[in-house]
Amino acid sequence: MESVNEKERRSALSRRRFFGSVAGGATEAALIGAAVTAEAHPGALEAPPAETIPITLTVNGHTHALMAEPRWTLLHVLRDRLGFAGTKQGCERGECGSCTVLIDGVARYACMTLAVEAAGRQITTIEGLLEGGELGPVQQGFLEEDGYQCGFCTPGQIVSVEALLRKTPDPNLDQIREGISGNLCRCGAYANIFRAARRAAELKKAGR
Amino acid sequence: MDLNPKPWTQTTVVGKAVPRIDGAERLSGVTRYALDVSLPDMLFAATLRCPHAHARVVKVDLSKAREMPGVRAILSDADKEAQIPWYFNGYGPNARALSRLFDPHCRYQGEEIAVVAAETQLQAWDAVRAIQVEYQQLPFVTSLEDAQKPGAPPVQDGGNLASPASVYTRGDIAKGFAEAEAVVEETYRTSCELHTSQEVHGCVAHWDGDLLTLWDSDQSPFDIQRGVAELLRMPLSKVRVNARYGAGFGSKLDTSKYMVAAALIARKTRRPVKYFLTREEVYLCVGNRPAHLMKLKAGAKKDGTLTAFELTAAGEVGAYPGDDNVGQMVQELYTCPNVKITEDQYFINAGQNRAFRAPGFPQCAWALEQTMDALAEKLGLDPVDFRLKNVAMVCQTEENRPYTSNGLPQCLSEGAKAFGWKEARAGARGEAAIVRGVGVASGMWGYLAPPHATVIVKYFDDGSANLNMGSTDIGTGHCTVMAQIVAEELGVPLGKIEVESADTQTTQFADGASGSRSVMITGPAVRSACLDVKAKLLAAAAAEFQVFDGDLKFENGEITGPPGVPRTPARRLRFVQEQGVVVGVGVRAPHPANKSVRPFCTHFAEVEVNRRTGEVRLVRMLAAHDSGRVMNLATYSNQVYGGITMGIGFALTEQRILDANTGKMLNANFHDYKIPTALDVPAELTVLPIDPHDTEVNSTGTKGIGEPALVPAAAAIANAFYHATGVRATVSPITRASVINLLHQGRKQG
Repeated sequence: MESVNEKERRSALSRRRFFGSVAGGATEAALIGAAVTAEAHPGALEAPPAETIPITLTVNGHTHALMAEPRWTLLHVLRDRLGFAGTKQGCERGECGSCTVLIDGVARYACMTLAVEAAGRQITTIEGLLEGGELGPVQQGFLEEDGYQCGFCTPGQIVSVEALLRKTPDPNLDQIREGISGNLCRCGAYANIFRAARRAAELKKAGR
Repeated sequence: MDLNPKPWTQTTVVGKAVPRIDGAERLSGVTRYALDVSLPDMLFAATLRCPHAHARVVKVDLSKAREMPGVRAILSDADKEAQIPWYFNGYGPNARALSRLFDPHCRYQGEEIAVVAAETQLQAWDAVRAIQVEYQQLPFVTSLEDAQKPGAPPVQDGGNLASPASVYTRGDIAKGFAEAEAVVEETYRTSCELHTSQEVHGCVAHWDGDLLTLWDSDQSPFDIQRGVAELLRMPLSKVRVNARYGAGFGSKLDTSKYMVAAALIARKTRRPVKYFLTREEVYLCVGNRPAHLMKLKAGAKKDGTLTAFELTAAGEVGAYPGDDNVGQMVQELYTCPNVKITEDQYFINAGQNRAFRAPGFPQCAWALEQTMDALAEKLGLDPVDFRLKNVAMVCQTEENRPYTSNGLPQCLSEGAKAFGWKEARAGARGEAAIVRGVGVASGMWGYLAPPHATVIVKYFDDGSANLNMGSTDIGTGHCTVMAQIVAEELGVPLGKIEVESADTQTTQFADGASGSRSVMITGPAVRSACLDVKAKLLAAAAAEFQVFDGDLKFENGEITGPPGVPRTPARRLRFVQEQGVVVGVGVRAPHPANKSVRPFCTHFAEVEVNRRTGEVRLVRMLAAHDSGRVMNLATYSNQVYGGITMGIGFALTEQRILDANTGKMLNANFHDYKIPTALDVPAELTVLPIDPHDTEVNSTGTKGIGEPALVPAAAAIANAFYHATGVRATVSPITRASVINLLHQGRKQG
């Protein structure tokens, strides 16, 4: 167990380092070309101890018990601990939507959700939208309308459309746009995604 | 049998909008991208990158990082095996390396200093943060304009001019302008754009004895195999690259540092290593479309005949040599006897540029097509008519050779008709806060490299087939289109065709997915391989039925012939049943001699501009494309939608912002670097394919769609903006703030 003094010394050190790097920035212009600055890499953090706690996640109707670090995101646990690789990792900062999953029926970014937050709730991934091993209605709509190109953002797009249709079974174009506005597609397949969402609504209505 | 016949005159599967054969896998989450590859006992890597725009690394202290939990290896410039030359000042044996894998002289924010491999990804990052580095910061330059100033901080020893000016001339430029009755001149600027593929760059590296395997997110596995083999001094046979594809747009063609570092660490630790970049690192380190300054002067006679073009262009290549020439469309899209093009490339302290969807062409269209519009206005001609008058039917860049086909006149005229151009152009623009306008722009895409592909088709004794090809489907639907060719030729249903692709160990060399050429290069080779199978089946049938093979026919998977020859499914032939498989090999024939190959296109755009808020909204767009035969209308149209969408970003939102005070990128994330979202794309996007029935280009009649789909989109939007507001937006992107400024200046001048 380290002493209080030791802790204070370390925290004073890191404060000094912080101020040092700020000062370095301010005087950069003057010293440029000559200055030699010693600094930790920006954003330097002490590693937290890798303590794990038990959590239970319900994914696509099945429960999974595991030991998780509190800092682990739901995305990390789904992909790297439980093998649900259909949920894609695009930015890890809540901007692209590739990792969208349903949590209690609502579209959420798995990269912005800690695994511990999702414990005890119903999580649905792209794999969970299959029906008896066949494509579900939203996936079928995407297939028929070519609502994708590289397919990397697609699981997230499909999950967002699923969330939209659960709330709004017969969406108009503006509602579809809004429904997938948090899902980026760099390939630019939006025009077909709009059609795929309409087709999915029809398929759902027809009982598919 | 002629393995390279003329294109089909009638088809049953080719040309159909069939759903993708790998659609169910992609849509159910089953497809394994490189980022999804997971091997037992795998380590995870993370990179320490230089946080400064320009700095010399004085000291790297790894001691603390080495003690961090889970750390298994750290690779830095201190490791002898990591001292691999990188970034060259040219090509060939005399090229000189300007840097190395972990060079202490860091010329941009994001240059690699060390790589850590640890048991988990988070542990790898924890250890990266524990590395202590002393930097000597150096003066930097962050813009094309500043790089050219006398006394600018030099990025490379020789200064900031990256390569000697390239000059192209034909005719007599002075005479051309003397003959002109109308002359326009303007300087255009396009911003630096980032590719931002949805899947980040990275790979999983694994050694099996002396065989290195990289499961890599790339679009050109054979080029990367060669690059890695050369850098690690290994034979090609010992480097296997399996490309798994989450898009690339040109940024995943090059051999990257992460590939080599992953291989070195995997060898050092004797464990597989997963090494992917973060989104921020992708923004900084793996390519961009460089900013360009383009001064374009053009002259024409009163009747609309062009007399001269003079383009003076400067591009920024980043901190190391690259190229992104913008002159080709000025050279050859329109007939013009007198042309002079001068292009310079400058270094700045930022990541090296890489090919980005039609490198150079959207920039050129931004300048050329706005210039054509301005000239048409000065001459009192309709912009469509003015372009029609000047379409070049021979390739002026290549000794006035004819094109195998040029559907640009139809793109312009049929596109104008389908768009309702005349009516829309004459319609009221409005006096209220929101004004409307329509614009047009044309484009083309040019490629000169010889084509390469070797394809194997295996026809099995149950009537199914395996298509084995080296080309890469990065999201274009390429595998589906190639399977359609097999179905067309061999009568095998699509559901019974398995495609094996993009693996340097199990498939044969093919050019990478670049230059809009995957279909037009590999397609004819696939057809050849099928015809080779067909020839072997016919020979087997001739032997079995004791007739000349010339008397037999192969239709829909069946052999038919003169009376006495029973209609026989090919799979039932004795030879096939005995051998189990018939193997056909196809090799891509060269491009036609003495002809030039280009796809052409024209885009029409309608925009609304809010004069109070500066918002530009794209109302509708029509894209007329001559890319030769349409192989699959669904995937073809999707490419065009994607091109238009990317063009919207080019025109209205996308720009890398480097802070002049710190040299750092301010918007290295999806939130601040704005690519188009679902809210930015108009509901009305129309694709109008123009098929010139090109019988000379290759045996499929295709010319490529991926890149031309982007080329004129932004310029058409800019011309529509001008039509709506009467103010020329010379700088991309046309942001809201810039619109307010432009309209304010316009009012002052007006």
